[in-house]
Amino acid sequence: MLHDPARRAGASEPCDACLRRGFLVGRLATRMADLLERRSGRVAEVLALADADLIASVAGADANAVRSYVEDFDVDAARDCLEAGGVRALCRHQPAYPPQLAVLADAPAVLFVKGAADLSALLGDDIVTVVGTRRPSPYGRTMARELGRGLAAADLRVVSGLAIGIDAEAHRGCLERAGTPIAVLACGPDVVYPRTNCAVYERILEHGLVVSELPPGWRPFRWAFPARNRIMAGLAAMTVVVEAAQPSGSLITSTFASQCGRAVGAVPGLVTSRLAAGTNGLLADGARLVTGAVDIVEELFGVDAGARMAAAPRDSASERSQVGLEPVARRLLDAVEAGHDIDAICLEAGLPAREVRAGLARLEASGHVCRDGLGSYHRAATTSTPALGRIQP
Amino acid sequence: MVPTRAPSRPSVAVVLASAATFALAGVESHEVTVEVDVRRGLPAFTLVGLPDAAVREARERVRAALLNSGLEFPLKRLTANLAPASVRKAGPSFDLALAVALLAASEQLPPDRLRETAVWGELSLGGVLRPGRGALATALGARAAGYARLVVPVENAEEAALAEGLEILAVPSLSRLVDLLHGRWQPEPTPSGMRSRPRSEALDLADVRGQADAKRALEIAAAGAHNLLMIGPPGAGKTMVARRLPGILPPPSLAEALEITRIQGAAGLGDGRLAADRPFRAPHHTTSAQGLTGGGAHPRPGEITLAHRGVLFLDEVAEFSRAALEALRQPLEDGRIEVTRGQRSVGFPARVMLVAACNPCPCARPAQDCRCSEIDRLRYSRRLSGPLLDRIDLVCQATPPPVAELVAPEPCAGECSEAVRARVVAARERQHHRLAGTGALCNAEMDGPLTRRYARLGAEARGLLASAASGPLTGRGHDRVLRLGRTIADLDDRERIATGDVEEALAYRMSSRVAHAA
Repeated sequence: MLHDPARRAGASEPCDACLRRGFLVGRLATRMADLLERRSGRVAEVLALADADLIASVAGADANAVRSYVEDFDVDAARDCLEAGGVRALCRHQPAYPPQLAVLADAPAVLFVKGAADLSALLGDDIVTVVGTRRPSPYGRTMARELGRGLAAADLRVVSGLAIGIDAEAHRGCLERAGTPIAVLACGPDVVYPRTNCAVYERILEHGLVVSELPPGWRPFRWAFPARNRIMAGLAAMTVVVEAAQPSGSLITSTFASQCGRAVGAVPGLVTSRLAAGTNGLLADGARLVTGAVDIVEELFGVDAGARMAAAPRDSASERSQVGLEPVARRLLDAVEAGHDIDAICLEAGLPAREVRAGLARLEASGHVCRDGLGSYHRAATTSTPALGRIQP
Repeated sequence: MVPTRAPSRPSVAVVLASAATFALAGVESHEVTVEVDVRRGLPAFTLVGLPDAAVREARERVRAALLNSGLEFPLKRLTANLAPASVRKAGPSFDLALAVALLAASEQLPPDRLRETAVWGELSLGGVLRPGRGALATALGARAAGYARLVVPVENAEEAALAEGLEILAVPSLSRLVDLLHGRWQPEPTPSGMRSRPRSEALDLADVRGQADAKRALEIAAAGAHNLLMIGPPGAGKTMVARRLPGILPPPSLAEALEITRIQGAAGLGDGRLAADRPFRAPHHTTSAQGLTGGGAHPRPGEITLAHRGVLFLDEVAEFSRAALEALRQPLEDGRIEVTRGQRSVGFPARVMLVAACNPCPCARPAQDCRCSEIDRLRYSRRLSGPLLDRIDLVCQATPPPVAELVAPEPCAGECSEAVRARVVAARERQHHRLAGTGALCNAEMDGPLTRRYARLGAEARGLLASAASGPLTGRGHDRVLRLGRTIADLDDRERIATGDVEEALAYRMSSRVAHAA
């Protein structure tokens, strides 16, 4: 990867002031919840304040108690506590702190990191954030997973927020291709939220990193989600939104990304779909149109890299082009793609239910369609994933 | 019903007599001997042998019935025992046996006339015999126990007469029974011609517009007695389709009809005639686990037993309590359920075709208006546990037909139930022929070895199944797909299972791998 070993050698310990600041944010978390519940847009501004100003503007009646907390703060005890929890702290004065994040005015003073991967995974211009709605359509789900796979296969790192839906799919896709997933949380790095994604969380700890601005043990706060989104946007060279309604948290992330001058991409959706309102809006505003990992590579590393990736050998499982399908199968595939249920497919294809079912089973076996938990058929991803291998220059 | 000890010396004032009757246990009956001991002493009537309140009250009914029939109630010390004494006795059906044993013990009946005769019935205070539940079960029990004659109330005679090889004596009252035993009266011969109930007017599949997928799944399910789940939004016609299932099922064979009639008689649902239709039970979703499987202090058949050899339809299956659904798992596999309550355990037959229906999500709105979150959907789909889904062979979609089709003035051109039924009956014939002598009646009842013997696949189909087996199919699922493929081939009147049959079977099978599992 692109990191300078000399810079990494300097990564020793986070400085005391930054560590104190990190725990101060935790100490003020509940106060901030009272204050910021309805003004999420100002979270970044508030978090950019210096310690004294932060206490003065947030702590209110609690200010004196918080000041004495800061004064009595035992740095060594905090370090022991982190070590006991297997959490590493990374302060903005350390060389290992991601520089792309450090350049932001409101960058967190310290990042709390948990997970088996090397901290250098946070460095570099080859990190991509993939975010989207928590209640995706099967299409969004498929695209998120496919992007996760494709990015991991191209040796890019995938950042997401461990939320249910698109986020978790992106992580899963990345894990499927032995990538290094990075999850940025709105709670302490040792807290699994939402609980549903416990299994994904565990696997991310094994193969990647979990990053948070809040010290260990803190539950998620509502204000912490937009704050988390600014870290995701700041870490990545490009932010891709897969499916998002309007308004949505994913759009907050993409706004942060464009504010700090990073590329923004969006996966196009059906105009009639509520879940595509946000992404199609982004495309209208000039976001990069993303139909697969190739588009992201092209945006970040130029047309040549994209072309090389597109030409790379495919794995056989994703050879799913329509070429070579019988006419009947192609008609069925088109009907599934249009979102028809089985009765409608029967009418449209002019076939009895038995043949439609048998044909769909063949398409499922060949990987063209897949079924959801309730037995409805959906088009499987068509974007082909190249075999493992480094694509970018 | 013979005085077991002849009163050789009348001065010794002890007389012992017994009568045989039958008590219902679940849907079967077992023999109970009523012994009466009469001896000199203060007038008293003691009843022993674990009687419940209704049995204990028999003393009062018998006393009044005897006196009102012009017979003598001995003013002596009477002890009646219901043997075997270790089994709890319930219900009023011991009245007649008690009265008869009492008459025999007090020497008001000729002792030799009741050899090989069992008696069964409830008495009114006036001495009239009242009908009871479970006449066929009683008659079958009496036949199995080796009795040649069974005395039953007139109203129960027709049902009891379904048990061939047993003489049924239909008696209206206690005094008539005494006349009969003295040879002064003969009952009218019971019509033993197996009068079937007329087939109920079935709803016709031709009335259903659209629903090609559900109709096909229904036909396959009917042809092999497979379990079926229909998923669709409210108003799509899931219930409408399910209600048409009895119309395409083959009529029960005589043996099956007897089983059905026996269960209905024991539950008090029959009308005494032989069942002509397979049962269709649609319990409400508030039904408890006991309601579905059977239970109670004196175990009574549950819905799954009442649907034996027929259809158990669970509408809104996701709304049933988890305990109730889980309780169905074992009987769905074994075709039988063993209910243990207190000291005893009763087995019920439970060979059903499960048909279930549910909505695609809890809000149950059309897809474009649905705002259910992923968690809501997940929670909803989790109400159907994996093991239950694994026992469902076919999952089909029910979709509301296009409005244009609904408002079309011409009658819809769908196939009528009669035509579908003909195919189903032919498919069942094939299965019956193939499975003769194995104990299984249709494809769904084939066990593992039978499945492997009769559902052979070609190489291509085997490969297809093997690739599916590495994914979402469990071992049970694998066998179920084979059986389903067998039925699809049977419907086409083919002995060989084609690749297309296996493909169709796989497509109807719910993938138990939830797409978004980690």
